[in-house]
Amino acid sequence: MTDATLAEGPARPQSALRRLMRRKLALLGFAIIAIVTLGAIFAPWIAPFEPQEQMFDGLTLEGSPMPPGEKFWLGTDLLGRDLFSRILYGARTSLIIGVVANGLALIIGTLIGVTAGYFRGWIGAVLMRFTDLMMAFPALLLAICLAAIFTPSLWIVAMVIALVNWVQTARVVFTETSALAEREFVAAERTLGAGTLRILFRHILPHLVPMIIVWGTLGISTTVLLEATLSYLGVGVQPPTPSWGNIIFENQTYFQAAPWLVFIPGAAILLLALSFNLVGDALRDVLDPTQRGRE
Amino acid sequence: MIEMKQTQAGAVTAPEPAQPVLSVEGLTISVRSEGRERALVSDLSFTLARGETIAIAGESGSGKSLTSLAIMGLLPPPALRVSSGAIRFQGEDLTRLPESRMRAMRGNRIAMIFQEPMTSLNPVLSIGLQLSEAIRAHEPVSKREARARALEALRRVRISEPERRMTQYPHELSGGMRQRVMIAMALALRPDVLIADEPTTALDVTVQREVLDLLRDLQSEMGTAIILITHDMGVVAEMAERVIVMKQGQAVETGAVSQIFTAPREAYTQDLLAAVPRMGDGSGAAGASPDAKPVARLRDVKVHFDIRGGILSQVTHRVHAVEGVSFDIMEGETFSLVGESGCGKSTIAKALTGLVPHQGRIEVAGHTMGGLSGAKMKEMRRDVQIVFQDPMAALDPRMRVGDLVAEPLVIHGIGTPEEQREKVAGLFERVGLTRDQLDRYPHEFSGGQRQRICIARALALQPKLIIADESVSALDVSVQARVLDLLEALKREFGIAYLFISHDMAVVENISDRIAVMYMGQIVEMGTRAQIFGSPQHPYTKRLMAAVPIPDPDKVREPTPRLSGEVPSPVYKLGTGPQRLMLRNLGDGHLVADSDLPAMPIETAAE
Repeated sequence: MTDATLAEGPARPQSALRRLMRRKLALLGFAIIAIVTLGAIFAPWIAPFEPQEQMFDGLTLEGSPMPPGEKFWLGTDLLGRDLFSRILYGARTSLIIGVVANGLALIIGTLIGVTAGYFRGWIGAVLMRFTDLMMAFPALLLAICLAAIFTPSLWIVAMVIALVNWVQTARVVFTETSALAEREFVAAERTLGAGTLRILFRHILPHLVPMIIVWGTLGISTTVLLEATLSYLGVGVQPPTPSWGNIIFENQTYFQAAPWLVFIPGAAILLLALSFNLVGDALRDVLDPTQRGRE
Repeated sequence: MIEMKQTQAGAVTAPEPAQPVLSVEGLTISVRSEGRERALVSDLSFTLARGETIAIAGESGSGKSLTSLAIMGLLPPPALRVSSGAIRFQGEDLTRLPESRMRAMRGNRIAMIFQEPMTSLNPVLSIGLQLSEAIRAHEPVSKREARARALEALRRVRISEPERRMTQYPHELSGGMRQRVMIAMALALRPDVLIADEPTTALDVTVQREVLDLLRDLQSEMGTAIILITHDMGVVAEMAERVIVMKQGQAVETGAVSQIFTAPREAYTQDLLAAVPRMGDGSGAAGASPDAKPVARLRDVKVHFDIRGGILSQVTHRVHAVEGVSFDIMEGETFSLVGESGCGKSTIAKALTGLVPHQGRIEVAGHTMGGLSGAKMKEMRRDVQIVFQDPMAALDPRMRVGDLVAEPLVIHGIGTPEEQREKVAGLFERVGLTRDQLDRYPHEFSGGQRQRICIARALALQPKLIIADESVSALDVSVQARVLDLLEALKREFGIAYLFISHDMAVVENISDRIAVMYMGQIVEMGTRAQIFGSPQHPYTKRLMAAVPIPDPDKVREPTPRLSGEVPSPVYKLGTGPQRLMLRNLGDGHLVADSDLPAMPIETAAE
């Protein structure tokens, strides 16, 4: 929104989507996320090979993986499987983990943080001590325990990751909410007769949205990597199902001989996380009405 | 070192006493935004002689604070800069001085005190350390010597128990004491020029009085020239010799203080002076009719807050914020509560709106508060609305103002969305805003407009009582006058009663029907405006009134006793409490507390 449009008359609310579209970086992020998503959905049709197929000509005569080339676009891995196909199929796992596990973690963290921050008293004390306890407990150990109890599958792994990753969100949301609850406009709402739910949903949550978005997008790379760690320890997504994380871990010992095997999935994780960050950043600005007229 | 500097300064001024210590020539400050340069202060010129006080007066946005920052070389780069003109200080142009030289100048030759002393002091360093560091930053003295000088500076600003203050931290001091520390810091190095940017705006009147007296004494003692930046014409009249009136970055009028007040040439100055509320011209607000019924009754209301301490966090002390207050507010009446900060006046507002629990009896429009069910409480809230001091804080910044004003209607389920919107639009027009502003956000409005939005929101439920908690204190005088007019008009139109809470005695006198003076949670005097302002009986009431700066430079103030010490705090050990005051009726509802307050800190200072 520029000064000129403001001066012309009533500030016409532009749709958030249109304002989002005006940001080039956000569009780039959008495009990358779209490509990855489409790639994951249409993997069976796009992938040149089966991801599990160990091909005879996928290895050199000495038995080492093939570098990127004409037949295997991104090379092959230690077992002679096509890396491009595995990355495509792996995107399914990583997207689900990144979006679902992370989303769940955000929801749990926000609920606990808001409840503790708004009501405080003994409810807040109990919730936050529990959060602190979870924070102090090694997340990886907890994830391993949880994953050992349930038979590992993609959805169970997503759940496990959500159950260990909500803690930071809860902490930040708690701090922010307790500050917001002290603000005068909340007192003003109360004097108007607004009930607790109305205050929470209409006046506190909207203020938390930007922060939750930032945490959410930052959390994506963390969760993708946590899944990789779990896979490496054998309690994550079970091989031979590929995920970007387990591709890295399976091949990391060959890092010197076949750097593409680590570099390419690593770059994929980075790119996806970056795209979510770009979109999240733009979303935060666009959704903040107090930024209107200040651009 | 000090001696040397003084002779230097003396050498400049001695042969020609009229030689200015500081001169500003054609100062223009510009901001660059969107590739364009816009002047925020344009072509400002003035000179400041040694020992003189010049006041820069104007409303917010007039560029008065920017001017002071420019003199200090503290304009925030890169957006703001001095685009032309010069600031000459002892023959040097400060605008061209490199930062390293400027740093040596700041604090040492030109010092500044700010409005909010809490934010200007470092909260994690003791007062003594901060003072001596400031001295050591400019002069090569030993730690011990710096400490001695710091203590000396604290004595000079007549702070009580200076030795103890040296070891205390900023949060342990009251606002008035912190401002004294700031003045001590500013004057420890005997600067030639002191810039005081709204030095007393955040302080209570009686404390303001002390700080102003102090500044004047120090000035006559040390010959410091003062640039006083203020919006308060009363302070201008009392302190300044010359005045610059600024409006939108331009000096509208410059002249001797008596000339500005008695014969202002420019229309803007005349308007500004006309808008200043004055004591003693309470031009009759129509009182409530004698057969009016009370809309609110308070009987022996107490509000206590627990302070927990010890390992088991038991209640060890209690803040007796409000202690046995009783009064009635009649239909269509403006009832004012006055007193200094911490006297409990805002706590009463909170108790009346159910934001804090209370003991005793509060009745609003026939309902007794306390023990009400959720639905009943909601019902009662329709009758009492509150307008807060800071409209920006009281409006949810993420909502459109139209939705904010519609909130009470939505919450109480009044009307369809179309009807609500129509009603909100009507309210907007009633408070002097326009329909097409409904879709904007709070930050797109000015302070006065935002307060109008809050008033519109308070009106939406057609309450019987509106509590105005310092609602006009944060506004510029001209805006303040217009908002007060609006409140007055609404009162006549809708028959609303107001509980008006303020520390500004002049505003209170202008709009109130009845007034209660509070001190430490209790009422010390209550009566009609004529009774309170015409014949104040209680010494505390008298003191409050004597402290108000009078916007008339010719009025000679009677010497009032200098106060020392602090307002005692209303914190008591569990099981103990304050002495209850007995109110005596002097006739016609003029009530005065019998005894002088036991804890009142009236003493004459050493001088």
